[in-house]
Amino acid sequence: MPGFDFSNHTRNAALHARGVPLPKATSTGTTIVGCIFDGGVVIAADTRATSGPIVADKNCEKLHYIAPQIWCAGAGTAADTEFTTALISSQLELHSLSTGRKPRVVTCMTMLKQHLFRHQGHIGAYLVVAGVDPTGVGLFTVHAHGSTDKLPYVTMGSGSLAAMSVFETQWKATMTEQEAVTLASNAIQAGIFNDLGSGSNVDVAIITKDKTTLKRGYVKPNERSKKQKSYVFKRGTTAVLNEKIITKEEISKYVTVHELEGGETAVGEKMDIDA
Amino acid sequence: MEFGTSGMLNEDGIHVDMDRLKKGEVNLGTSIMAINFKDGVILGADSRTTTGAYIANRVTDKLTQVHDTIWCCRSGSAADTQAVADMVHQNLGMYGIMNGRPPTTQTAAALFQELCYENKDRLSAGLIIAGWDERHGGQVYSIPLGGSLHKQSYAIGGSGSTYIYGYCDANWKEGMDEEAAVNFVKGALQEAIKWDGSSGGVIRMVVLTKKGANRHLYLPDTQYAVRHE
Repeated sequence: MPGFDFSNHTRNAALHARGVPLPKATSTGTTIVGCIFDGGVVIAADTRATSGPIVADKNCEKLHYIAPQIWCAGAGTAADTEFTTALISSQLELHSLSTGRKPRVVTCMTMLKQHLFRHQGHIGAYLVVAGVDPTGVGLFTVHAHGSTDKLPYVTMGSGSLAAMSVFETQWKATMTEQEAVTLASNAIQAGIFNDLGSGSNVDVAIITKDKTTLKRGYVKPNERSKKQKSYVFKRGTTAVLNEKIITKEEISKYVTVHELEGGETAVGEKMDIDA
Repeated sequence: MEFGTSGMLNEDGIHVDMDRLKKGEVNLGTSIMAINFKDGVILGADSRTTTGAYIANRVTDKLTQVHDTIWCCRSGSAADTQAVADMVHQNLGMYGIMNGRPPTTQTAAALFQELCYENKDRLSAGLIIAGWDERHGGQVYSIPLGGSLHKQSYAIGGSGSTYIYGYCDANWKEGMDEEAAVNFVKGALQEAIKWDGSSGGVIRMVVLTKKGANRHLYLPDTQYAVRHE
């Protein structure tokens, strides 16, 4: 069955009433923007994901694929933006296949708003929808409750105020692709530097009639620099208070030793090791 | 989801909780109006949408087309009013095709009322419907929060409307010409924008007559004096 499963709702409500706290959702305390230019549209996002005061992911992807020429930037609850965009992307592809036409940005926006309205704001997805279709360039914002706006430049997320200040001072009615990309990137950087919920890198997606270009890590203003000193402790830093040597023969007193048969080899799970 | 309260009568039996927006919802803290004049109707609105203290859109279009010469002014929750208007738009489109002639304003208003009344517990939508049709000419209907329907010679709505009841009552004249009617709407909305903090931005108008729909735009940087677009 497609859609969401609410079978645990009553149980969760009862647990919550008895003082069990709800699990924290990973929120994309975010800066996302979009801006149209002559012949296309650009969207951009920061790459910080937070869970309360903790940075859950330093380099997450907030630009979501909908269709080859339609992309979406997401703020709000990370899981909701991910699944909502994936769901609509799937429905839009089937729609496009059955109609034999390229998907339109307004269609995508309408499907998103109707889906979000149906769930009355419980799906915490705040989206910037952008793309180019046979009717031209499209740029919209969709709020979690299902309201939409159509504007030449948009910002969303906790860093939207910082980003909007950049657009409101530097936006022009006619811009080249490079001008728009720089402006969008500057707007995201305003969010990265001035909003606590936003940080790390700038991702950019440029959509024109002919092609879509995703520039992951278009700007990396927060690269981790090389440590100026080595913080590896010298051998012998910890004092040895006493010493006891256990020989191989004695070890069966402490652990069970099991000899492997001829062809048998021990298989353990591979461990991730930091580079 | 937290509601302000239930939208029910207070203990005193007088005060009603009007804070019906869900938390974090996009609000159309609004000034909207529609009036009858000699040749048809005029709809007018400010352009401010807010989320709390933040202006989410300063150039919003709150005048929404639901058929060729039937439009509506939206106030309350942006999501709710857009959803309702979209449904009526779809419905009237089918109605027009299946009957081979455009729907009347009354039909449109009745469809709006149906949705607003049947879902009154779930919606926060204050709508004004205005249109021109061959049978009745220009008509203005208002649907406030509970889902009642009122045919009026002019209607005002939204948070900014409280400030212009006096202005409208003092300056209203039956059967104005287009220029006088435009000035009436513009004058009223200017006052609403001036006194209501949740209203602002540009003034948008739509003039609906036999000749069809005609859009007006007035910007604050010229004291709303010059018509743009």
